[in-house]
Amino acid sequence: MGAVLDFFQNFPLDEFLIQTVNGVVTGMILALIASGLTLIFGIMDVVNFAHGELFMLGAYIGVVVLAATGSFWLALIVATLVIALLGAALQITTLRPLIGRDPLTTILATFGISLVLQNYALWQFGPVARKISEPITGQFTLFYLQYPWYRLVIAALSAAIIGGFYLFLKFGTFGIWIRATTQDRTMAQAMGIPVPWVLTAVFAIGSGMAAASGVLFGPLVGVDHTMGLDWVLKAFIVVVVGGMGNLGGSIAAAIFVSLLEAYASIWVSPAQAVIVSFVVLILTLLFRPTGLFVPTPK
Amino acid sequence: MKKIHDHHSIVFWAGFALVVVALVVEPLVVTEYWRRLVTEILIWGLLAMSSDILIGYAGMVSFGHSAFFGIGMYGAAAALLMFSPNLWLALAFGLGGAAVVALFVAYFSTRLRDIYFAITTLIFSQIFYVIIFTSTDLTGGENGLNFSRPALSLFGLFPVRFTSTTLHWFVLAVVVGSYLFLRRVMHSPFGMVLQSIRENETRTRAIGYPVQRYKMAAVMLSGLFAGLAGVLYAIQNQFAAPDFVYFTISGDTVIYNVMGGIGTLFGPIVGAGFFVLLREVFSRFFTEYYLIPLGIIFIAMVIFLPQGLLGFARRWLNR
Repeated sequence: MGAVLDFFQNFPLDEFLIQTVNGVVTGMILALIASGLTLIFGIMDVVNFAHGELFMLGAYIGVVVLAATGSFWLALIVATLVIALLGAALQITTLRPLIGRDPLTTILATFGISLVLQNYALWQFGPVARKISEPITGQFTLFYLQYPWYRLVIAALSAAIIGGFYLFLKFGTFGIWIRATTQDRTMAQAMGIPVPWVLTAVFAIGSGMAAASGVLFGPLVGVDHTMGLDWVLKAFIVVVVGGMGNLGGSIAAAIFVSLLEAYASIWVSPAQAVIVSFVVLILTLLFRPTGLFVPTPK
Repeated sequence: MKKIHDHHSIVFWAGFALVVVALVVEPLVVTEYWRRLVTEILIWGLLAMSSDILIGYAGMVSFGHSAFFGIGMYGAAAALLMFSPNLWLALAFGLGGAAVVALFVAYFSTRLRDIYFAITTLIFSQIFYVIIFTSTDLTGGENGLNFSRPALSLFGLFPVRFTSTTLHWFVLAVVVGSYLFLRRVMHSPFGMVLQSIRENETRTRAIGYPVQRYKMAAVMLSGLFAGLAGVLYAIQNQFAAPDFVYFTISGDTVIYNVMGGIGTLFGPIVGAGFFVLLREVFSRFFTEYYLIPLGIIFIAMVIFLPQGLLGFARRWLNR
C-alpha cells in the first residue's frame, strides 16, 4: 500500500505530459508508415518487407536533395516522387510475376528487395549516420523543456497526408478503382479497371508515403542504412494490432503503441521500452487476434 | 511395385552414403580455411533443415529462427561459463533453453496462420534480441560471451581436445543423425498430419486432428533442432553474441530453404552450401556488399525457380 501511495506522490506529471506529446508525434509518423504498409497489404495481399528500406532510402534522398538545394520541402517532395517511382519499378519487375501465387512468396521477394536496398544504401552512403537539419528551428516552453515546434509540424503533416489520402480513396476516381480492386479483383477487371496498373500505383503510393515519413522523421534521428528494420517491425506490430488491412485501426494502434512506449520510457531505457509494444502484440494475439481496433467478427 | 521401391531405396541410400563418405574424407584433404567453412555450412544446414519442418512440411514460414539458434548459443555459453566445461552439459543447456523458448513462441504464434505466423515469429525473435541485448550484466550485452571449447568425452572418460577435423566429424555426425531422425519423423503419422495441414488445414481439422497441437509440436521440434545448431555454432566459434539472435540469421535461414528447395530436408543443407559459396565468390568482387548480387539471385529464384535447386527431386527424396 505504501509503495502505491509513494508511486502516486512521486508521479512525474510534467514528464508524463511531455511523453504524451512525444507519443502522439511518434505515433503520427508511425501511422504514416503503417498506413502505407496496410494499404499494400489490404489491397495487394503483399506483405511488404522492403517497406522499412523504402523509408530509409527516402530519408537518404532527402539528405542528398537537401545538401544540393538547401530546401527541406523540396527534398520532401523529390524523395516522395523518386521512391514512388522506385516502388512502381520494383512492383512491375518482382511482384507482378508473383500475382496469383501464394502470398507468402511475396514476403520472400520483398525480403530479397530489402536486402538489396539496404546493402545498396550501405555501399552508396557508408555506415556513418547522416543528419537532416530541421526546417523549422523555433521552440516553445513545455514545462521544463524547450520543445521544438518542428515535432508538432511533423505530426500535423503526417495527419494531413493520411487525411488527404483517405479523401482520395473515398472520393477520387482512382481511389474508387483502388477500393473496387480490393473488394473483388476479377469483377473490377471485368468492369474495365486496369487492375495490374492499379496494383502498381498502390505500391507506388505506399512507397511514397514511406519515403515522406523517412524525410519527415530524419531530423529527429540520424539517417543510416539500418533504420528501416526497426521501423518496419514497429509498423508490422501496429498493422497486426490494428487489424490487417484496416487503415483506421492502424492509425489508432500506431498512436496507442507509441503512447505506451513513451510512457514506459519514463521508467526504463528506450531500448527496453520497445518490449512494451511487443507485449501489446502478444496480448492482442491472445485475446483479439483479428486486431484491437476492429469490430468483433461475427 | 515392390521392385521399384527397392530400386529407389538402393539409389537413395547409395547416394546418401556417397555424400556422407565425401564429407568424412573432406577435412583430411582440404585446407584449414575450407575445413572450417564446410563445418559452418553443415551447421547452417542443420538450422535450415530445422526450419524446413515448418516451411516445407507444415507450410508455416518462420521468420524467427534466430531466437532458437541464439538461445542455443547462449544456453551453451551459460553451461560452459557457470558450470564445468562439459560438452554434454552445454548441449543439454542449449537444447533446454531452446525448448523453453520454442514452447513460449509456439503457444502464441500457432494461433495464427500464413503471413501472420511469419510476422509473429519475427517479432518474437526481436523480443529475445532486445532482452539479450539490453541485459548487459547477464549476457555481456553487445560484446556477447566468450568461453573456451569443451573437450569431447563419453561419460567423462577419455577426454579428447577438439581439432578442426574432429570437430568437423562431430558436427557431421550430429547433422547426419538429425537428418535421419527428422526424415523418419516426417515419414511418421505425425509428419503426414503436418503435410496434411499444409495441404488443407480446414479439412485436417474436420477429420478430427487437433491442428493447433500438431503445429505447436512442429514449432517445438523445429526450435529444438535450431537450438542444436546454435550449440554447435557456439562450440565451433567459442562465443555467443547478440548478432546471432538478430533477424538477419532468420532471414538467411529462409534464404537457404528457398534456394535449396523446401520440403526435402536435404535441400536446405544444399541451399546453405550454395549461399555460403556464393558469398565467398561475391565477397571477392563486391567486398562486404555481397548481399546485393546475392539478393538479386534470391529474388530471381523466388520468381523463376520457386521449388529451389532440389525442387525437382522433392517427391523422390520424400519417398
